Amino acid sequence: MADDPIHQFQISKWIPIEVGGLDFSFTNSSAFMVATVATAGAFLYLTTSSRGLIPSRLQSVSEMSYEFVASMLRDAAGTKGMRFFPLVFSLFMFVLVANMLGMIPYFFTVTSHIIVTFALAMLVIGTVVVYGFWKHGLKFLHLFVPSGVPKAVLPMVVLIELISFLSRPVSLSVRLFANMLAGHITLKVFAGFITSLSALGALGIGGAILPLFMTVALTGLEFLVSFLQAYVFAVLTCMYLNDAVHPSH
Amino acid sequence: MFVAPAFAQESETHSETGVAHEAGGAFPPFDSSTYPSQILWLAITFGLFYLFLQKVVLPRIGGILEVRSDRIAQDLDQAARMKEEADAAVAAYEQELATAKAKANAIGQEARDNAKADAEVERKRVESSLDKKLAEAEARIALIKDAAMSDVGTIAEDTVGAIVQELVGAKVDKSAVSAAVKAARS
Repeated sequence: MADDPIHQFQISKWIPIEVGGLDFSFTNSSAFMVATVATAGAFLYLTTSSRGLIPSRLQSVSEMSYEFVASMLRDAAGTKGMRFFPLVFSLFMFVLVANMLGMIPYFFTVTSHIIVTFALAMLVIGTVVVYGFWKHGLKFLHLFVPSGVPKAVLPMVVLIELISFLSRPVSLSVRLFANMLAGHITLKVFAGFITSLSALGALGIGGAILPLFMTVALTGLEFLVSFLQAYVFAVLTCMYLNDAVHPSH
Repeated sequence: MFVAPAFAQESETHSETGVAHEAGGAFPPFDSSTYPSQILWLAITFGLFYLFLQKVVLPRIGGILEVRSDRIAQDLDQAARMKEEADAAVAAYEQELATAKAKANAIGQEARDNAKADAEVERKRVESSLDKKLAEAEARIALIKDAAMSDVGTIAEDTVGAIVQELVGAKVDKSAVSAAVKAARS
């Protein structure tokens, strides 16, 4: 069982809860969601509690993440988009910390489950649609009708725009989910090679050096991917929110 | 949500879900029986996280950054004001220096003029005294010359008398000699 690379994604119930035939159990996934939120929240809260005019190292990490997300959102959606700053910042921090916690051995990776990433993506797209219609009414539909397109090809263009809009939540969620899932499986497989090769005696131990190096390198790569995917998720969120703020192309 | 019917079936077929799935080897991320729990707990945790950040953390960090940028702007203002003051002080100093220099020049010029005038007066005094001395000396020279000239007459008469006496061998009349000398000298 321990060699099974899929085992790490198994969800196990810690506190069974069932309401109306639906299973709302507190699982290891739930526990790591709580851990993610607690870690991120505690870090941001505690490092800024001194409100230093000259920031300590940890305080400047919090400030840097704040300014990083703020400039990302301002570049993509302008100052009007800054009202979504808490949402984008929460998403970025949640995904980043969940990915990073998942890198610790034996820890569960919350973002390796498609339903979690899909729910986050739907939150983004839902915000875009609701805010777009609330702010601009039917003018929000101009999003699907680029100006300056000849009448003859307009239906085609609208169809393409519509499909691309509908595929956004899918691409947004699958990108994050697949990256985390594939990365963790690859790590597990290479790490599994080490143990199974070294069980073969002296020659095997010599041969196990290669997957060991591979595992070390992949671990570094996975840390990069963890950050990068959180960044990509936040950037795309900013760009989609820009459509809600400025619907006409 | 849209997963609910599918989930309802799932939970009927596997009533002891957790164990059954582990044994069955269904790919966990696609096991829809875990979806309601994950969605619920994600909503709870992420919702609380969002509220906490929005109400507490982000205003705080925003405040820190704002206070800092205000402080920096204030410090820059103060620095600019101080620089202005320093510039004004430098200008005042330059002004003071220029007036002092002008004053020093004026004093120097005055002193030089005074010294020149004094020297001129002294020179004139010395010159006039020298002139007086010169005149005196010239007068004395003239006096001495006259005396010498008159002496020359008597000496010439004596000498002529002696020479004539030697040549002729007889006493010569003194008045005739002096008349002859007088005629030769004039």
